[in-house]
Amino acid sequence: MESDREPIIEFNNVSFKYRVQTEPTLKDINLRIYKGEKILIAGQSGSGKSTLAHCLNALIPCSYPGDMTGTITVDGKDPSKLGVFGMSQIVGTVLQDTDGQFIALTVAEDISFALENDCVPQDEIFNKIREVGGKLELLQVMRNSPGALSGGQKQRVSLGGVMVCDVKILLFDEPLANLDPATGKRTIALIDEIMKREDLTVVIIEHRLEDVLYRDVDRVILMDGGRIIADKTPDELLCTDLLPVNGIREPLYVAALKAAGAKLMPESHPMHMETLDIEPYRDTVKKWYHSMPAHEKPKTGETVLSVQNLNFSYDGSRQILKDVSFDIKKGEMVALVGKNGAGKSTLASLICGFHKPDSGTILLEGSDISPLSIKERGEKIGFCMQSPNQMISKPMIMEEVGLGLTVRGASPKEVYDKVCDILKICGLYPFRNWPVSALSFGQKKRVSIASILVMNPEILILDEPTAGQDYMHYTEIMEFLQEIRRKLPITIIMITHDMHLMLEYTDRTLVLTDGQLIKDATPYEVLTDSAVCDRAYLKTTSLYDLAVSCGIDDTGEFAARFIDFERSKGKEVSHG
Amino acid sequence: MARMISYEDKDTPIHKLSGFTKLVFFIVWCMASALTFDTRVLILMLVMGFAIYAVSGTKWNQVSTVFKAIMIFMVINLTCIFFFAPYQGCEIYGTRTEIAHLFGNYTLTKEQLFYEMNVFIKYFTVIPAVFIFLVTTNPSELAASLNGIGVPYSIAYSLEIALRYIPDVQDEFIRIRNAQEARGIEMSNKGKLLDRIKNTASIIFPLLFSSMERIEVVSNAMELRGFGKKPKRTWYSRRKLKAADFLVLAFIILFFAGTVALTIKNGSRFYNPFV
Repeated sequence: MESDREPIIEFNNVSFKYRVQTEPTLKDINLRIYKGEKILIAGQSGSGKSTLAHCLNALIPCSYPGDMTGTITVDGKDPSKLGVFGMSQIVGTVLQDTDGQFIALTVAEDISFALENDCVPQDEIFNKIREVGGKLELLQVMRNSPGALSGGQKQRVSLGGVMVCDVKILLFDEPLANLDPATGKRTIALIDEIMKREDLTVVIIEHRLEDVLYRDVDRVILMDGGRIIADKTPDELLCTDLLPVNGIREPLYVAALKAAGAKLMPESHPMHMETLDIEPYRDTVKKWYHSMPAHEKPKTGETVLSVQNLNFSYDGSRQILKDVSFDIKKGEMVALVGKNGAGKSTLASLICGFHKPDSGTILLEGSDISPLSIKERGEKIGFCMQSPNQMISKPMIMEEVGLGLTVRGASPKEVYDKVCDILKICGLYPFRNWPVSALSFGQKKRVSIASILVMNPEILILDEPTAGQDYMHYTEIMEFLQEIRRKLPITIIMITHDMHLMLEYTDRTLVLTDGQLIKDATPYEVLTDSAVCDRAYLKTTSLYDLAVSCGIDDTGEFAARFIDFERSKGKEVSHG
Repeated sequence: MARMISYEDKDTPIHKLSGFTKLVFFIVWCMASALTFDTRVLILMLVMGFAIYAVSGTKWNQVSTVFKAIMIFMVINLTCIFFFAPYQGCEIYGTRTEIAHLFGNYTLTKEQLFYEMNVFIKYFTVIPAVFIFLVTTNPSELAASLNGIGVPYSIAYSLEIALRYIPDVQDEFIRIRNAQEARGIEMSNKGKLLDRIKNTASIIFPLLFSSMERIEVVSNAMELRGFGKKPKRTWYSRRKLKAADFLVLAFIILFFAGTVALTIKNGSRFYNPFV
């Protein structure tokens, strides 16, 4: 069937080596993508998936020079000859970081940017912008600043910015990073809608496989070590072990089916939970569920932080937080979730003392902390920003980690001893004499956390510790935090958008919506409660749907038992 | 939250003028203010400046921080003038009317006071102009105007991006300052001045690094959408000059010509009430 169609993208024996590297990053790539297909490219970091994408928009070899062999044809043309600008008329690239890629001050100007650069007369620009704005339902916000829009609207604007050129191919580089789950889902639906209406070909690079598969995908290209190791339909691929073996997370319902011992078949359409024919697997799953030990709730210690009836507004009129109350127990790892603008960061700022609440009290180990200054609170409640680059101010690791002690007047000997201790705990001791600039992103993140831990705080608040990180770095950061919890008596509060993180690593979840705390429960209970998930822009886990379709009533318990099982398996692997 | 000296979209006659008009007005206005020491002209400019400020709908909290910083600088400047040139006024106006002997070589004179008052007013003719220009001019429109009068578009666009990032950088500054303060680096008024200055470095470096990250992403995004490939570009936000623009341009040019003429007629940049 495919032989009578013309490929719109064709790679023939393509290898590519970056000039600065000794090994080729792409090895002998042969790939055909046909007009109208939707292709997902998956792979760990370093697998070569981004390099492959850069070959399509000609950033390789035009902006990142290197040696290329083989031939690439995109819409009948050679990207390296057409250059980045030429290719931008054929392939529209939507980058990962929507905030970062907004260039102009208003939505209209941002969408028109490519046309301006192409010297299109102003009248034509106006017409084109109206047309594209209409298609993407952006006409209401044309004069707004793109930065002030909701996550979903931002995605529409960046899509509009590339659609004005009448491109034939849309290339998405991790479109779901930084989006809350519900918005991610809507983005995938939008892409699907646009590609069908405009008759486009779509290439998506993403490691959040389950979220992309929310809508049909024609083929998944799995990459590892610079090679294509699988090129299959999602139904076929999900029935193999290729994904977990190559460091890609399977959809949770697929992992659960496999854990239960079900032998998946492509005919049962495992691509989406909704289309999956559960009949062949129902009994296996049920039997497995009843054979698993019941989930034990973790023992909780005494209350370390108590927030009572907190109210806050920035301007005196719009309430950001409304009567928020909760307790945090000693040693817990708690997730603070909710859509963008729900009040998560504000709540963290109030606890750290960056702002003063309008009313309500915050008790730390039973005593009111309102009289304490930011600095005094900082000794008990550490706050770690999203990017380590926002925190690190000293060139050397020792100096950076010791900074908090030094400014508090500790003696050089004391600083040295404490810094060495904390570096050992954080696995950074071998690098103690290195400059910070020589570290990887993950290591820098550890340095920024170590520089807080050195002050021996009771509580550590982390703002989106894994945002924008792929599965490998995500695991690295989260395992590091688990390690810290084992070694230190610390309580951790995390602001996050990542449902997997919440499910796998946290003991409890606080859900904020429009400034109100609407749920305070275990992650299993939250993510199997569809009413709460809808209100808070979360997404029920597919484990919930699986449990329902298998006729298991206690969906939360099902999810909990599966995660327990995964954890014990993970431990076996790491100890074996 | 109102941000310092950054553009805000409002519907006032000043906002409706083209960015080009405001830029020319601003430059010529400053030239006039730099040229003349004539107290009558300066007072006229002062009154006009405050009137335009009122019309432009600029809010005090948009500019207060910068205003205070300028005031500190001005006090230092006026004090220095007195200490380094206590009789500058006498030289200029050719008379010496003593008020009181202070100490050593320093005697307070009416001429010196009058001269320093002129310097003071000069500041106040320029300050509102700077504020109004920054808060009423849409950066993209300004870039389009600059490109229109022959400034290369790469330079014009760089300026636009710089202005656009002022509010973003301010927000980031506050976030970083809070986090660093929590780590124990004292930024509030409790700390010693010297420490606070030293500690600013602990905000500036992270601010620089996180800005660099941003620059890389933006420049890739710009390239992918074809910035810089053609020798010219068009502008979505270019505005044609309207009648009001021509009126304002004509006014400021005449005003400047008048100031020059007055200076030539008087044979001096100074207005002398002492003779």
